[in-house]
Amino acid sequence: MASFDYKIVEEAAKQLYIRALCDLPPDVREAIKKAAARETQPTAKEIFKAMLAAIDIADAKKTLICQDTGLPIYMVKIGTGFHWDGAEIKDRLYEGAKRATQEFPFRSSSTHFLTRVNPQTSVGPGLPVLYVDFLKDADYLEMLMIPKGSGSENMSTMKMFIPADGIKALKKFVLDSFIAAGANPCPPGIIGVGMGGTADLVMRLAKEAIARPVGQRNPDPEIAKMEQELEDAINATGIGPQGLGGDVSTLAVHIETAHTHITQNPVAVNTQCWPARRARARIYPDGRVEYGY
Amino acid sequence: MAQYHLQTPFSEEAVRKLRVRDIVHFDGILFGIRDLNLIYMFDQHHEPPVSLKGMPCIHTAPSLKKVDGKWVPICVGTTTSYRMDRFTPPLVERYGVRAIIGKGGQYEQSLAAMKKWGAVYLAVVGGAASLETQQIEEVEQVYWEHLHPEAIYQFRVKDFGPLTVAMDSHGNNLYSEVNAKAKDKLPEIYRKLGVA
Repeated sequence: MASFDYKIVEEAAKQLYIRALCDLPPDVREAIKKAAARETQPTAKEIFKAMLAAIDIADAKKTLICQDTGLPIYMVKIGTGFHWDGAEIKDRLYEGAKRATQEFPFRSSSTHFLTRVNPQTSVGPGLPVLYVDFLKDADYLEMLMIPKGSGSENMSTMKMFIPADGIKALKKFVLDSFIAAGANPCPPGIIGVGMGGTADLVMRLAKEAIARPVGQRNPDPEIAKMEQELEDAINATGIGPQGLGGDVSTLAVHIETAHTHITQNPVAVNTQCWPARRARARIYPDGRVEYGY
Repeated sequence: MAQYHLQTPFSEEAVRKLRVRDIVHFDGILFGIRDLNLIYMFDQHHEPPVSLKGMPCIHTAPSLKKVDGKWVPICVGTTTSYRMDRFTPPLVERYGVRAIIGKGGQYEQSLAAMKKWGAVYLAVVGGAASLETQQIEEVEQVYWEHLHPEAIYQFRVKDFGPLTVAMDSHGNNLYSEVNAKAKDKLPEIYRKLGVA
Protein backbone atom coordinates (compact mmCIF):
# COMPACT_ATOMS: atom_id res chain seq x y z
CA MET A 1 0.00 0.00 0.00
CA ALA A 2 2.67 2.47 1.03
CA SER A 3 4.68 1.67 -2.07
CA PHE A 4 2.20 3.09 -4.59
CA ASP A 5 3.39 6.42 -5.96
CA TYR A 6 0.37 8.76 -6.17
CA LYS A 7 2.28 11.02 -8.58
CA ILE A 8 0.97 8.53 -11.14
CA VAL A 9 -2.62 9.51 -10.32
CA GLU A 10 -1.73 13.20 -10.53
CA GLU A 11 -0.04 12.75 -13.90
CA ALA A 12 -3.02 10.76 -15.22
CA ALA A 13 -5.45 13.43 -13.94
CA LYS A 14 -3.44 16.03 -15.86
CA GLN A 15 -3.22 13.94 -19.04
CA LEU A 16 -6.94 13.14 -18.93
CA TYR A 17 -7.94 16.81 -18.84
CA ILE A 18 -5.72 17.58 -21.85
CA ARG A 19 -6.74 14.45 -23.74
CA ALA A 20 -10.43 15.16 -23.21
CA LEU A 21 -10.08 18.72 -24.53
CA CYS A 22 -8.09 17.76 -27.64
CA ASP A 23 -9.14 14.26 -28.70
CA LEU A 24 -12.83 13.47 -29.19
CA PRO A 25 -13.84 9.83 -28.51
CA PRO A 26 -14.30 7.64 -31.62
CA ASP A 27 -18.02 7.11 -30.89
CA VAL A 28 -18.61 10.89 -30.90
CA ARG A 29 -16.71 11.31 -34.18
CA GLU A 30 -18.73 8.50 -35.71
CA ALA A 31 -22.01 10.02 -34.48
CA ILE A 32 -21.16 13.43 -35.98
CA LYS A 33 -20.21 11.81 -39.31
CA LYS A 34 -23.46 9.85 -39.41
CA ALA A 35 -25.45 12.96 -38.49
CA ALA A 36 -23.72 14.94 -41.24
CA ALA A 37 -24.55 12.18 -43.76
CA ARG A 38 -28.25 12.10 -42.92
CA GLU A 39 -28.73 15.90 -42.69
CA THR A 40 -30.60 17.32 -45.69
CA GLN A 41 -30.85 21.08 -45.01
CA PRO A 42 -28.18 23.15 -46.80
CA THR A 43 -27.24 25.48 -43.91
CA ALA A 44 -27.15 22.57 -41.49
CA LYS A 45 -24.86 20.65 -43.87
CA GLU A 46 -22.40 23.59 -43.86
CA ILE A 47 -22.46 23.56 -40.07
CA PHE A 48 -21.63 19.85 -39.93
CA LYS A 49 -18.75 20.41 -42.36
CA ALA A 50 -17.30 23.00 -39.96
CA MET A 51 -17.68 20.59 -37.02
CA LEU A 52 -15.79 17.86 -38.87
CA ALA A 53 -13.10 20.35 -39.89
CA ALA A 54 -12.72 21.46 -36.26
CA ILE A 55 -12.15 17.85 -35.16
CA ASP A 56 -9.50 17.34 -37.85
CA ILE A 57 -7.70 20.59 -37.01
CA ALA A 58 -7.62 19.70 -33.30
CA ASP A 59 -6.07 16.33 -34.26
CA ALA A 60 -3.50 17.81 -36.61
CA LYS A 61 -2.44 20.66 -34.32
CA LYS A 62 -2.90 18.77 -31.06
CA THR A 63 -4.99 21.62 -29.75
CA LEU A 64 -8.34 22.24 -28.07
CA ILE A 65 -11.51 21.64 -30.05
CA CYS A 66 -13.48 24.20 -28.02
CA GLN A 67 -12.17 27.17 -26.04
CA ASP A 68 -14.52 26.42 -23.14
CA THR A 69 -12.26 24.27 -21.01
CA GLY A 70 -15.22 23.79 -18.68
CA LEU A 71 -15.24 22.74 -15.08
CA PRO A 72 -13.32 19.50 -14.51
CA ILE A 73 -15.33 16.46 -13.45
CA TYR A 74 -13.63 13.21 -12.45
CA MET A 75 -15.77 10.09 -12.13
CA VAL A 76 -13.65 7.67 -10.16
CA LYS A 77 -14.23 3.97 -9.53
CA ILE A 78 -12.04 2.39 -6.90
CA GLY A 79 -11.26 -1.29 -7.18
CA THR A 80 -11.62 -2.83 -3.74
CA GLY A 81 -8.93 -5.46 -4.38
CA PHE A 82 -6.20 -2.91 -3.53
CA HIS A 83 -5.95 -0.49 -0.62
CA TRP A 84 -6.31 2.77 -2.55
CA ASP A 85 -5.93 5.91 -0.44
CA GLY A 86 -9.07 7.94 -1.28
CA ALA A 87 -7.93 11.20 0.31
CA GLU A 88 -4.66 11.03 -1.61
CA ILE A 89 -6.56 10.41 -4.87
CA LYS A 90 -8.71 13.50 -4.23
CA ASP A 91 -5.66 15.70 -3.66
CA ARG A 92 -3.95 14.38 -6.80
CA LEU A 93 -6.99 15.05 -9.00
CA TYR A 94 -6.94 18.66 -7.80
CA GLU A 95 -3.22 19.00 -8.55
CA GLY A 96 -3.51 17.22 -11.89
CA ALA A 97 -6.31 19.50 -13.14
CA LYS A 98 -4.36 22.56 -11.99
CA ARG A 99 -1.17 21.39 -13.67
CA ALA A 100 -2.98 20.65 -16.95
CA THR A 101 -4.29 24.23 -16.95
CA GLN A 102 -0.95 25.85 -16.21
CA GLU A 103 1.37 23.55 -18.15
CA PHE A 104 -0.56 23.10 -21.43
CA PRO A 105 -1.48 26.06 -20.88
CA PHE A 106 -5.21 26.63 -21.44
CA ARG A 107 -7.85 28.98 -20.07
CA SER A 108 -9.01 28.42 -16.50
CA SER A 109 -12.80 28.64 -16.45
CA SER A 110 -13.26 28.40 -12.68
CA THR A 111 -14.04 31.47 -10.62
CA HIS A 112 -15.04 32.54 -7.10
CA PHE A 113 -18.85 32.60 -7.17
CA LEU A 114 -19.03 35.93 -5.30
CA THR A 115 -15.91 37.94 -6.17
CA ARG A 116 -15.71 36.40 -9.68
CA VAL A 117 -11.93 36.21 -9.28
CA ASN A 118 -10.47 33.44 -11.46
CA PRO A 119 -7.72 31.48 -9.64
CA GLN A 120 -6.25 30.53 -13.07
CA THR A 121 -6.14 26.87 -12.01
CA SER A 122 -9.51 25.45 -13.23
CA VAL A 123 -10.04 24.29 -9.63
CA GLY A 124 -10.78 25.83 -6.22
CA PRO A 125 -12.98 25.01 -3.24
CA GLY A 126 -15.40 22.24 -4.29
CA LEU A 127 -13.60 21.62 -7.58
CA PRO A 128 -12.86 19.41 -9.39
CA VAL A 129 -16.27 17.79 -9.18
CA LEU A 130 -15.66 14.29 -7.88
CA TYR A 131 -17.83 11.20 -8.26
CA VAL A 132 -16.73 8.13 -6.33
CA ASP A 133 -17.90 4.57 -6.74
CA PHE A 134 -16.39 1.16 -6.07
CA LEU A 135 -15.60 -1.88 -8.16
CA LYS A 136 -15.78 -5.35 -6.65
CA ASP A 137 -13.40 -8.00 -8.03
CA ALA A 138 -11.00 -5.37 -9.39
CA ASP A 139 -7.76 -3.98 -8.03
CA TYR A 140 -7.43 -1.01 -10.40
CA LEU A 141 -8.51 2.61 -10.21
CA GLU A 142 -10.72 3.79 -13.06
CA MET A 143 -10.97 7.52 -13.83
CA LEU A 144 -13.32 9.11 -16.34
CA MET A 145 -12.71 12.81 -16.95
CA ILE A 146 -15.29 15.22 -18.39
CA PRO A 147 -14.57 18.93 -18.96
CA LYS A 148 -18.08 20.37 -18.76
CA GLY A 149 -18.65 23.49 -20.84
CA SER A 150 -21.06 26.16 -19.67
CA GLY A 151 -23.13 26.58 -22.83
CA SER A 152 -24.71 23.21 -22.16
CA GLU A 153 -24.43 23.15 -18.35
CA ASN A 154 -26.31 26.48 -18.04
CA MET A 155 -29.32 24.81 -19.70
CA SER A 156 -29.69 22.09 -17.04
CA THR A 157 -33.18 21.50 -15.64
CA MET A 158 -34.68 19.47 -12.79
CA LYS A 159 -38.17 18.99 -11.45
CA MET A 160 -39.80 17.00 -8.67
CA PHE A 161 -43.03 15.67 -10.16
CA ILE A 162 -45.51 13.65 -8.09
CA PRO A 163 -46.52 10.03 -8.68
CA ALA A 164 -49.93 11.10 -10.02
CA ASP A 165 -48.20 12.93 -12.89
CA GLY A 166 -46.94 9.59 -14.20
CA ILE A 167 -44.02 8.82 -16.48
CA LYS A 168 -45.50 10.96 -19.24
CA ALA A 169 -44.79 14.14 -17.23
CA LEU A 170 -41.10 13.18 -17.23
CA LYS A 171 -41.03 12.56 -20.97
CA LYS A 172 -42.77 15.86 -21.70
CA PHE A 173 -40.37 17.66 -19.37
CA VAL A 174 -37.36 16.31 -21.29
CA LEU A 175 -38.77 17.46 -24.62
CA ASP A 176 -39.82 20.88 -23.26
CA SER A 177 -36.39 21.38 -21.66
CA PHE A 178 -34.75 20.66 -25.00
CA ILE A 179 -36.91 23.23 -26.80
CA ALA A 180 -36.40 25.87 -24.09
CA ALA A 181 -32.61 25.42 -24.33
CA GLY A 182 -32.77 26.06 -28.09
CA ALA A 183 -29.47 26.98 -29.71
CA ASN A 184 -27.58 27.65 -26.46
CA PRO A 185 -26.15 24.20 -25.60
CA CYS A 186 -24.46 23.79 -29.03
CA PRO A 187 -26.80 21.14 -30.46
CA PRO A 188 -26.78 18.39 -31.62
CA GLY A 189 -25.45 17.05 -28.32
CA ILE A 190 -26.19 14.20 -25.96
CA ILE A 191 -29.33 14.72 -23.88
CA GLY A 192 -28.60 13.18 -20.48
CA VAL A 193 -31.68 12.32 -18.44
CA GLY A 194 -32.00 11.20 -14.84
CA MET A 195 -35.21 9.61 -13.60
CA GLY A 196 -35.85 8.62 -9.98
CA GLY A 197 -33.68 9.04 -6.88
CA THR A 198 -33.58 12.21 -4.78
CA ALA A 199 -33.18 15.82 -5.95
CA ASP A 200 -29.38 15.54 -5.97
CA LEU A 201 -29.21 11.96 -7.21
CA VAL A 202 -31.47 12.62 -10.19
CA MET A 203 -29.10 15.31 -11.52
CA ARG A 204 -26.14 13.04 -10.89
CA LEU A 205 -27.88 10.35 -12.93
CA ALA A 206 -28.35 12.84 -15.78
CA LYS A 207 -24.64 13.64 -15.61
CA GLU A 208 -23.72 9.94 -15.64
CA ALA A 209 -26.00 9.56 -18.67
CA ILE A 210 -23.94 12.04 -20.73
CA ALA A 211 -20.78 10.13 -19.78
CA ARG A 212 -21.87 7.06 -21.77
CA PRO A 213 -20.54 6.46 -25.29
CA VAL A 214 -22.96 8.01 -27.80
CA GLY A 215 -25.96 5.85 -28.48
CA GLN A 216 -25.08 3.10 -25.99
CA ARG A 217 -28.52 2.05 -24.86
CA ASN A 218 -29.64 1.59 -21.27
CA PRO A 219 -29.56 -2.20 -20.58
CA ASP A 220 -33.20 -2.13 -19.43
CA PRO A 221 -35.28 -2.60 -22.62
CA GLU A 222 -38.13 -0.42 -21.27
CA ILE A 223 -35.74 2.46 -20.66
CA ALA A 224 -33.94 1.87 -23.97
CA LYS A 225 -37.31 2.17 -25.72
CA MET A 226 -37.95 5.48 -23.96
CA GLU A 227 -34.51 6.73 -25.07
CA GLN A 228 -35.41 5.99 -28.68
CA GLU A 229 -38.85 7.62 -28.40
CA LEU A 230 -37.38 10.80 -26.91
CA GLU A 231 -34.62 10.86 -29.52
CA ASP A 232 -37.21 10.65 -32.30
CA ALA A 233 -39.33 13.35 -30.65
CA ILE A 234 -36.38 15.74 -30.27
CA ASN A 235 -35.20 15.19 -33.83
CA ALA A 236 -38.75 15.80 -35.08
CA THR A 237 -38.64 19.37 -33.70
CA GLY A 238 -36.34 20.46 -36.54
CA ILE A 239 -34.29 22.66 -34.16
CA GLY A 240 -31.19 21.24 -35.86
CA PRO A 241 -27.46 21.81 -35.44
CA GLN A 242 -26.71 25.07 -33.58
CA GLY A 243 -30.47 25.69 -33.32
CA LEU A 244 -30.52 27.03 -36.89
CA GLY A 245 -32.85 24.35 -38.29
CA GLY A 246 -32.16 20.84 -39.55
CA ASP A 247 -32.93 17.16 -39.31
CA VAL A 248 -30.47 16.30 -36.55
CA SER A 249 -31.16 17.96 -33.20
CA THR A 250 -29.53 15.41 -30.91
CA LEU A 251 -26.86 12.73 -31.27
CA ALA A 252 -28.55 10.58 -28.62
CA VAL A 253 -30.78 10.56 -25.56
CA HIS A 254 -29.32 8.62 -22.62
CA ILE A 255 -31.36 7.83 -19.52
CA GLU A 256 -30.07 6.64 -16.14
CA THR A 257 -32.48 5.64 -13.41
CA ALA A 258 -32.72 4.88 -9.70
CA HIS A 259 -35.45 3.90 -7.29
CA THR A 260 -37.19 6.87 -5.73
CA HIS A 261 -39.45 7.69 -2.76
CA ILE A 262 -43.08 6.49 -2.86
CA THR A 263 -44.19 10.15 -2.97
CA GLN A 264 -41.67 11.31 -5.57
CA ASN A 265 -41.26 11.29 -9.35
CA PRO A 266 -38.12 13.31 -10.15
CA VAL A 267 -36.52 14.08 -13.50
CA ALA A 268 -33.39 15.98 -14.54
CA VAL A 269 -31.88 16.95 -17.88
CA ASN A 270 -28.18 17.63 -18.37
CA THR A 271 -27.05 18.26 -21.92
CA GLN A 272 -23.62 17.64 -23.38
CA CYS A 273 -22.49 19.80 -26.32
CA TRP A 274 -21.79 18.18 -29.71
CA PRO A 275 -18.05 17.96 -28.92
CA ALA A 276 -18.93 15.44 -26.20
CA ARG A 277 -15.52 15.39 -24.56
CA ARG A 278 -14.37 12.65 -22.23
CA ALA A 279 -11.21 10.65 -21.52
CA ARG A 280 -10.58 7.59 -19.41
CA ALA A 281 -7.63 6.01 -17.61
CA ARG A 282 -7.20 2.79 -15.72
CA ILE A 283 -4.40 2.71 -13.16
CA TYR A 284 -3.09 -0.59 -11.82
CA PRO A 285 -1.42 -1.15 -8.42
CA ASP A 286 1.90 -1.81 -10.20
CA GLY A 287 1.79 1.74 -11.66
CA ARG A 288 0.70 0.85 -15.21
CA VAL A 289 -1.70 3.37 -16.80
CA GLU A 290 -3.98 2.54 -19.74
CA TYR A 291 -5.65 5.45 -21.51
CA GLY A 292 -8.93 5.28 -23.39
CA TYR A 293 -12.24 7.07 -23.73
CA MET B 1 -29.23 30.13 -49.34
CA ALA B 2 -26.67 32.46 -50.91
CA GLN B 3 -22.96 32.40 -50.09
CA TYR B 4 -20.98 35.63 -49.63
CA HIS B 5 -17.33 36.44 -49.21
CA LEU B 6 -16.90 39.86 -47.60
CA GLN B 7 -14.09 42.22 -46.66
CA THR B 8 -14.06 44.49 -43.59
CA PRO B 9 -15.17 47.19 -42.99
CA PHE B 10 -18.70 46.18 -44.06
CA SER B 11 -20.80 48.76 -45.89
CA GLU B 12 -24.47 49.18 -45.03
CA GLU B 13 -25.27 48.08 -48.57
CA ALA B 14 -23.35 44.80 -48.20
CA VAL B 15 -25.01 44.05 -44.88
CA ARG B 16 -28.52 44.86 -46.15
CA LYS B 17 -28.08 42.25 -48.90
CA LEU B 18 -27.74 39.45 -46.36
CA ARG B 19 -30.79 37.33 -45.57
CA VAL B 20 -31.30 34.69 -42.91
CA ARG B 21 -29.84 31.26 -43.89
CA ASP B 22 -27.15 32.84 -46.11
CA ILE B 23 -23.59 31.73 -45.42
CA VAL B 24 -20.83 34.31 -44.99
CA HIS B 25 -17.04 34.16 -44.90
CA PHE B 26 -14.91 37.28 -44.60
CA ASP B 27 -11.36 38.66 -44.52
CA GLY B 28 -10.09 41.59 -42.51
CA ILE B 29 -10.42 42.85 -38.97
CA LEU B 30 -12.51 41.26 -36.23
CA PHE B 31 -12.94 42.64 -32.71
CA GLY B 32 -13.39 40.32 -29.72
CA ILE B 33 -15.88 41.55 -27.11
CA ARG B 34 -17.85 39.96 -24.24
CA ASP B 35 -19.41 40.45 -20.76
CA LEU B 36 -16.78 42.41 -18.86
CA ASN B 37 -15.48 44.78 -21.55
CA LEU B 38 -19.06 45.72 -22.49
CA ILE B 39 -19.95 46.40 -18.85
CA TYR B 40 -16.76 48.51 -18.69
CA MET B 41 -17.71 50.35 -21.89
CA PHE B 42 -21.37 51.05 -21.28
CA ASP B 43 -22.07 50.75 -17.54
CA GLN B 44 -18.78 52.29 -16.44
CA HIS B 45 -18.71 54.83 -19.28
CA HIS B 46 -15.45 54.22 -21.12
CA GLU B 47 -15.36 55.17 -24.78
CA PRO B 48 -14.18 52.34 -27.08
CA PRO B 49 -10.39 52.47 -27.41
CA VAL B 50 -10.63 52.03 -31.20
CA SER B 51 -13.20 52.81 -33.89
CA LEU B 52 -15.67 49.95 -34.39
CA LYS B 53 -17.37 51.60 -37.37
CA GLY B 54 -18.38 49.09 -40.03
CA MET B 55 -16.71 46.30 -38.10
CA PRO B 56 -17.74 42.83 -36.99
CA CYS B 57 -17.50 42.04 -33.25
CA ILE B 58 -17.38 38.49 -31.93
CA HIS B 59 -18.47 37.24 -28.48
CA THR B 60 -15.29 35.57 -27.33
CA ALA B 61 -12.88 34.94 -24.47
CA PRO B 62 -9.70 33.80 -26.07
CA SER B 63 -6.91 31.70 -24.64
CA LEU B 64 -3.82 33.69 -25.66
CA LYS B 65 -0.22 33.64 -24.56
CA LYS B 66 2.44 36.29 -24.75
CA VAL B 67 5.57 35.27 -26.67
CA ASP B 68 8.34 37.91 -26.67
CA GLY B 69 5.82 40.62 -25.82
CA LYS B 70 3.41 39.61 -28.60
CA TRP B 71 0.02 37.98 -28.03
CA VAL B 72 -0.50 34.70 -29.93
CA PRO B 73 -3.65 32.58 -29.94
CA ILE B 74 -3.85 29.22 -28.16
CA CYS B 75 -7.57 28.79 -28.72
CA VAL B 76 -10.12 31.40 -29.73
CA GLY B 77 -13.77 30.36 -29.70
CA THR B 78 -17.22 31.80 -29.33
CA THR B 79 -19.36 32.19 -26.25
CA THR B 80 -23.17 32.22 -25.89
CA SER B 81 -24.63 35.58 -26.96
CA TYR B 82 -27.79 35.97 -24.87
CA ARG B 83 -25.74 37.42 -22.00
CA MET B 84 -24.63 40.35 -24.17
CA ASP B 85 -28.06 41.17 -25.64
CA ARG B 86 -28.52 44.59 -24.04
CA PHE B 87 -25.20 45.86 -25.39
CA THR B 88 -25.97 45.20 -29.06
CA PRO B 89 -28.31 48.19 -29.65
CA PRO B 90 -25.77 50.81 -28.44
CA LEU B 91 -22.90 49.06 -30.28
CA VAL B 92 -24.88 49.24 -33.51
CA GLU B 93 -26.40 52.70 -33.05
CA ARG B 94 -23.65 54.62 -31.32
CA TYR B 95 -20.51 52.96 -32.66
CA GLY B 96 -21.63 51.72 -36.08
CA VAL B 97 -20.92 48.00 -35.59
CA ARG B 98 -22.23 46.14 -38.65
CA ALA B 99 -22.12 42.53 -37.47
CA ILE B 100 -22.36 40.77 -34.13
CA ILE B 101 -20.89 37.28 -34.31
CA GLY B 102 -21.82 34.73 -31.68
CA LYS B 103 -23.73 31.59 -30.90
CA GLY B 104 -27.25 31.02 -29.61
CA GLY B 105 -28.66 34.29 -30.92
CA GLN B 106 -30.07 37.46 -29.38
CA TYR B 107 -33.49 38.99 -28.80
CA GLU B 108 -36.01 41.61 -29.97
CA GLN B 109 -34.11 44.75 -28.93
CA SER B 110 -31.04 43.63 -30.88
CA LEU B 111 -33.10 42.65 -33.90
CA ALA B 112 -34.86 46.04 -33.91
CA ALA B 113 -31.54 47.92 -33.73
CA MET B 114 -30.13 45.81 -36.56
CA LYS B 115 -33.14 46.60 -38.71
CA LYS B 116 -33.00 50.32 -37.97
CA TRP B 117 -29.27 50.88 -38.34
CA GLY B 118 -28.26 48.13 -40.79
CA ALA B 119 -26.50 45.33 -39.00
CA VAL B 120 -26.69 41.52 -38.78
CA TYR B 121 -26.12 38.70 -36.32
CA LEU B 122 -23.88 35.99 -37.76
CA ALA B 123 -23.88 32.57 -36.08
CA VAL B 124 -20.57 30.85 -35.75
CA VAL B 125 -20.44 27.07 -35.33
CA GLY B 126 -20.21 26.93 -31.52
CA GLY B 127 -17.72 24.39 -30.22
CA ALA B 128 -15.60 24.53 -33.38
CA ALA B 129 -12.96 26.80 -31.84
CA SER B 130 -10.02 24.96 -33.39
CA LEU B 131 -11.36 25.99 -36.82
CA GLU B 132 -11.83 29.63 -35.74
CA THR B 133 -8.34 29.75 -34.28
CA GLN B 134 -6.84 28.53 -37.54
CA GLN B 135 -8.59 31.37 -39.40
CA ILE B 136 -6.93 34.01 -37.19
CA GLU B 137 -3.77 35.27 -38.87
CA GLU B 138 -2.72 37.61 -36.09
CA VAL B 139 -3.70 39.20 -32.81
CA GLU B 140 -2.98 42.75 -33.97
CA GLN B 141 -3.79 44.58 -30.77
CA VAL B 142 -5.15 44.02 -27.28
CA TYR B 143 -6.99 47.04 -25.83
CA TRP B 144 -7.88 47.38 -22.15
CA GLU B 145 -5.35 44.64 -21.41
CA HIS B 146 -6.11 44.83 -17.65
CA LEU B 147 -9.42 43.09 -18.43
CA HIS B 148 -7.78 40.05 -20.09
CA PRO B 149 -9.21 37.41 -20.84
CA GLU B 150 -12.08 39.86 -21.27
CA ALA B 151 -10.11 42.66 -22.92
CA ILE B 152 -10.92 43.95 -26.42
CA TYR B 153 -9.00 42.01 -29.04
CA GLN B 154 -8.26 43.08 -32.58
CA PHE B 155 -7.77 40.00 -34.76
CA ARG B 156 -6.80 39.86 -38.41
CA VAL B 157 -8.70 36.98 -39.99
CA LYS B 158 -8.67 35.17 -43.32
CA ASP B 159 -11.69 33.37 -44.77
CA PHE B 160 -13.43 33.53 -41.38
CA GLY B 161 -16.48 31.25 -41.33
CA PRO B 162 -18.77 29.57 -42.12
CA LEU B 163 -21.12 32.07 -40.50
CA THR B 164 -24.87 31.64 -40.87
CA VAL B 165 -26.90 34.84 -41.15
CA ALA B 166 -29.19 34.17 -38.21
CA MET B 167 -30.64 37.68 -37.69
CA ASP B 168 -30.80 39.99 -40.70
CA SER B 169 -31.41 43.72 -41.12
CA HIS B 170 -34.96 43.13 -42.35
CA GLY B 171 -36.40 41.94 -39.05
CA ASN B 172 -35.92 38.19 -39.60
CA ASN B 173 -34.64 36.01 -36.77
CA LEU B 174 -33.81 32.45 -37.82
CA TYR B 175 -33.77 31.21 -34.20
CA SER B 176 -37.33 32.46 -33.61
CA GLU B 177 -38.40 31.02 -36.96
CA VAL B 178 -36.97 27.58 -36.15
CA ASN B 179 -38.43 27.71 -32.65
CA ALA B 180 -41.88 28.75 -33.90
CA LYS B 181 -41.86 25.87 -36.41
CA ALA B 182 -40.92 23.45 -33.62
CA LYS B 183 -43.80 24.75 -31.50
CA ASP B 184 -46.22 24.28 -34.39
CA LYS B 185 -45.16 20.63 -34.60
CA LEU B 186 -45.38 20.09 -30.84
CA PRO B 187 -48.99 18.85 -30.55
CA GLU B 188 -48.22 16.09 -33.06
CA ILE B 189 -44.90 15.23 -31.37
CA TYR B 190 -46.63 15.12 -27.95
CA ARG B 191 -49.26 12.78 -29.39
CA LYS B 192 -46.64 10.42 -30.82
CA LEU B 193 -44.74 10.46 -27.55
CA GLY B 194 -47.94 9.68 -25.64
CA VAL B 195 -47.74 12.77 -23.45
CA ALA B 196 -50.53 14.88 -24.98
